[in-house]
Amino acid sequence: MKEPIIEFKDFTFRYEAQKQPTLKHIDLTINKGEKVLIVGLSGSGKSTIGNCLNGLIPFVYGGDMSGSLKIKGRETRELSIPELSKTVGTVLQDADGQFVGLNVGEDIAFSLENDNVELSAMKKAVTKMAKLVDMEAYLEQSPLELSGGQKQRVALAGVLVDDVDILLFDEPLANLDPATGKTAIDLIDQIQKTTGSTVIIIEHRLEDVLYRPVDRIILIDEGRVVADAAPDQLLASDILIQKGIREPLYLSACKFAGINIKEQMHPSVITALQLSVSDKDRLRRWAIAHQVNPALHLKELLKGEKLHFSYDGKKTIINDVTFMIKSGEMLAIIGKNGAGKSTLAKLLVGFEKEDQGDILLGGRSIKEDSIFERGQKIGIVLQNPNQMICNTMIFDEVAYGLRNAKIDEKEVKERVYEALKICGLYEFRNWPISALSYGQKKRVTIASILVMKPQIMILDEPTAGQDYRHYTEIMDFLEKLNKGGQTIVMITHDMHLMLEYCDRCLTLVDGQIYFEGMPSKVLVDEKITLKANLKKTSLYDLALMIDMEPEAFTQSYINAERSMRHETD
Amino acid sequence: MKQTKLFSYEDKDTIIHRLSGLTKLICFLLLTFAAMFTYDIRVLALLTLFSLFIARISQLSFRRYRIVIIYLVVFMLFNFILNFIFAPNYGVELFGTRHELFTFTTGYVLTVEQLFYQLCKIVKYISIMPLGLLFFATIEPSEFASSLNGIKVPYKACTVFSLALRYFPDIQRDYTNISLAQQARGVDTSKKASLKNRIRNNAKILLPLIFSTLDRVELITNAMELRGYGKYKQRTWYSRRPLMRNDYLAIALCVLIFIAVLVMRFAVTKSMFYNPFI
Amino acid sequence: MNKKIFSTKTIVATALGAALFLVLFYFVKVPSPVPNTNIQLAYGITTFFGALFGPVAGFLIGFVGHALNDFIAGYGIWWSWVIASGVAGLFSGLAFFTTDLEHGQKPGASYYLFNVIGQALAWIVVAPILDILMFSEPANTVFVQGAAAFIANTITALVVGTVICYAYASTRSSKRSLDKE
Ligand SMILES: Nc1ncnc2c1ncn2[C@@H]1O[C@H](COP(=O)(O)OP(=O)(O)OP(=O)(O)O)[C@@H](O)[C@H]1O
Ligand SMILES: Nc1ncnc2c1ncn2[C@@H]1O[C@H](COP(=O)(O)OP(=O)(O)OP(=O)(O)O)[C@@H](O)[C@H]1O
Ligand SMILES: [Mg+2]
Ligand SMILES: [Mg+2]
Repeated sequence: MKEPIIEFKDFTFRYEAQKQPTLKHIDLTINKGEKVLIVGLSGSGKSTIGNCLNGLIPFVYGGDMSGSLKIKGRETRELSIPELSKTVGTVLQDADGQFVGLNVGEDIAFSLENDNVELSAMKKAVTKMAKLVDMEAYLEQSPLELSGGQKQRVALAGVLVDDVDILLFDEPLANLDPATGKTAIDLIDQIQKTTGSTVIIIEHRLEDVLYRPVDRIILIDEGRVVADAAPDQLLASDILIQKGIREPLYLSACKFAGINIKEQMHPSVITALQLSVSDKDRLRRWAIAHQVNPALHLKELLKGEKLHFSYDGKKTIINDVTFMIKSGEMLAIIGKNGAGKSTLAKLLVGFEKEDQGDILLGGRSIKEDSIFERGQKIGIVLQNPNQMICNTMIFDEVAYGLRNAKIDEKEVKERVYEALKICGLYEFRNWPISALSYGQKKRVTIASILVMKPQIMILDEPTAGQDYRHYTEIMDFLEKLNKGGQTIVMITHDMHLMLEYCDRCLTLVDGQIYFEGMPSKVLVDEKITLKANLKKTSLYDLALMIDMEPEAFTQSYINAERSMRHETD
Repeated sequence: MKQTKLFSYEDKDTIIHRLSGLTKLICFLLLTFAAMFTYDIRVLALLTLFSLFIARISQLSFRRYRIVIIYLVVFMLFNFILNFIFAPNYGVELFGTRHELFTFTTGYVLTVEQLFYQLCKIVKYISIMPLGLLFFATIEPSEFASSLNGIKVPYKACTVFSLALRYFPDIQRDYTNISLAQQARGVDTSKKASLKNRIRNNAKILLPLIFSTLDRVELITNAMELRGYGKYKQRTWYSRRPLMRNDYLAIALCVLIFIAVLVMRFAVTKSMFYNPFI
Repeated sequence: MNKKIFSTKTIVATALGAALFLVLFYFVKVPSPVPNTNIQLAYGITTFFGALFGPVAGFLIGFVGHALNDFIAGYGIWWSWVIASGVAGLFSGLAFFTTDLEHGQKPGASYYLFNVIGQALAWIVVAPILDILMFSEPANTVFVQGAAAFIANTITALVVGTVICYAYASTRSSKRSLDKE
């Protein structure tokens, strides 16, 4: 009954510009109607596999190919991109780059236009697809007026109009808030069920994808398939951790408590997870043992008072926001896409000017300070490092702000070296920036802000699109800075990050502060999660399973996780 | 920073707005070329009246164009003076007569012919200018590319227009972010910096902007290829409105105007200018 | 390697190049020593994109960029100058055939030659002649304007464009040499 639709046989591929092959001897079969998840470290070759399926390799990116790759029984190299696109529909990671139309309808119709479908048939097909992804009310909307999740829906509809057999998603969840991510996974699931297509998802956020069942997980490491198994089987083994992939939170909790995870316990879905009575007992004892509430007595450093802001004078983006940042804390700002998080950060650093309200730093109003003056006190690291880097050499890039402030070259050198050492970039000080990976570039931008010794450092999405290994690297590094007294503010959609590293969080809903307090409180409160497009963590379900108070249980997890982390340091 | 709108499109429901984009483009081109082919002040004045009439029925709000209009007046004044300084006798050459009005110095004599020539020129600008305003205020941006293709511009060239419109706001946002991040690190692009530094500092913004644009190019190209762009010699357009009775009427009217102007130019006056001096 | 001059990539690059041209035209005002005039960094975009993507891209960026620019400003299109911008871009694009920027080759003599010829043709020949044909402008006015535009545009197009070309070429070459790991 199983009918193979994709067959890799001893498949090897090397990009023209590379010395070594990126994919090595891949043997992999995917059957019709299956749903598989591909995971692996950044740079392991996941997107490269995707590109082989949709034909970008070898038709756009040239290189050496050996072995065989058949889709529906035909060698891909004998086809072309247009032919393949009738079989394989690709939803790319970047929803903005994928959105090529001037409005929703036009974008969904794009591939029909290229196929010379005539107008009335096109309108019908577009309406049908828009309905399927629940976007029919937005056909006239321009991309500027859509949220990230809505753009993703449009992208999906644009691919589905072609009636493809295989749907390929390359990191569909990056940059989506937790609730929107959940909806996206639901949508993919529902579409697979109605169309019976084969679905391939490439994603770092394993737990979020597993929210709906998948048939198999394929683990790629350095261009090889190192595991190909059912989710329960894979999660029961240690291979994911060994290869630097993050496992679901509830499994970490169970493992902390010393529970031995086995395949029969159905570890891949929290609601199906079976814990024996003794396991539950164990978990409860572990949780109680770690129940200490952290006491924070920090003093106020920055205060925002009754801030109001609007970009166009009509739509209020920041509405009567009052909050404070405490000296030496690690604060998270969370909330749904478009809630105004980045905008709030821009107000703090003076990129935008508030319409009303005041910002006090150490009791003094900084409203009248110039962008540069503020920049020396409150530094911001943008999400995309490529938007910040403007020098070719690492040393010059880090020294840039100091040199602009006319600090003498001897001191510049000292401070830059110090910052580079903290960021683990000292050995590279004389390298060109173009030789660095994305994660390393990110650290260069952090160093270039750190070197100015700001009192507060704001990071917008510090870990988006990074794999668990780099994530841990960046976060441990930030934590170290924080322990050294640096006040850090992070804007993030990553709830794991908030739980594990932050002392406090601000939750924004439609430009207003909805909640300010401990992270363990946010994700267990139905009202807040609903309002702010967040999602209860699996710890919540686990807590209920063992009859414990979710908030206390979450706090125990946080405490345990931190002490574990600090022991291994 | 505010987002600049590329088109001044005003979403209204008038008889003009309901016309197909293709019609608007054809009429715009016909009238523009008609105005370009002639310097006959009577014809130009009529054309101007005609476009003001169209502006009226498409309910354009003149207030929105105040700044543009001021800008144009300044430009025309400047041009007027420059014209006189560079070629004070051009009118005399053109019309073949000489009626002196006022002598500034030798060589700079104001003549009626010169004044008339420069008046014609102003009327000519005025007749062409509202056409552009009108066109972009009434055509929906998404219809623009399909209309261009409708007059047989190769569709790949049309895509250039629609993609440029699509990504202008994104690139503008990139630029703002990059520039602000630099200012926070003390880059000075204002007049305070020396010229050399100013250029260097601006170039520093330029490079990240260009590199991030090149990244986008790669991404968008892939997205388009994957959805079959450029597969055939032709393509259809989702946003094209089929031509209706009113469209044919409008086109016919503009063709008539165009022919009338040509007839005036080549059969009646038989010269570029209407010459009141002989 | 085959150099395609009208691929999907060229089209996208052209469109984004034109958008970039506009953004720079509007927001990057570098005051020049001459009062009330700005150095237009935007002209460097045509030079660079032309060299990287070819004459079709060069022509269309100049043409579309300038035309869209006239739209936003709101005063109809100044066809003669729009076409001249396209011609200048077309010549910038000839460097595409002689300089392999994509693989890290730095611009050479031919690149400068094409650009200077293109700018001269555009501003001293095409723009004034079209002005005369369409607007019956007196010849000496338009040629003086044209010569001024030629000097200003050539300097900015070449200085800015070349800086970008060098920066781009250098990232290309170092990438290839460091790609091993
Ligand atoms: N166009 C290309 N030319 C040369 N090398 C490339 C190209 N694209 C990718 N590579 C290289 O191939 C390797 C695998 O890249 P790939 O994009 O498949 O990784 P990935 O697993 O998808 O990572 P991520 O999780 O970061 O998206 C990387 O080392 C990368 O440098
Ligand atoms: N430059 C701008 N001009 C006009 N509106 C803007 C601008 N930047 C953002 N907005 C609008 O302001 C609102 C808040 O945007 P903001 O970027 O602050 O959201 P966010 O909370 O950071 O969202 P995300 O999680 O998606 O990054 C959105 O509706 C957005 O469309
Ligand atoms: Mg990838
Ligand atoms: Mg944001």
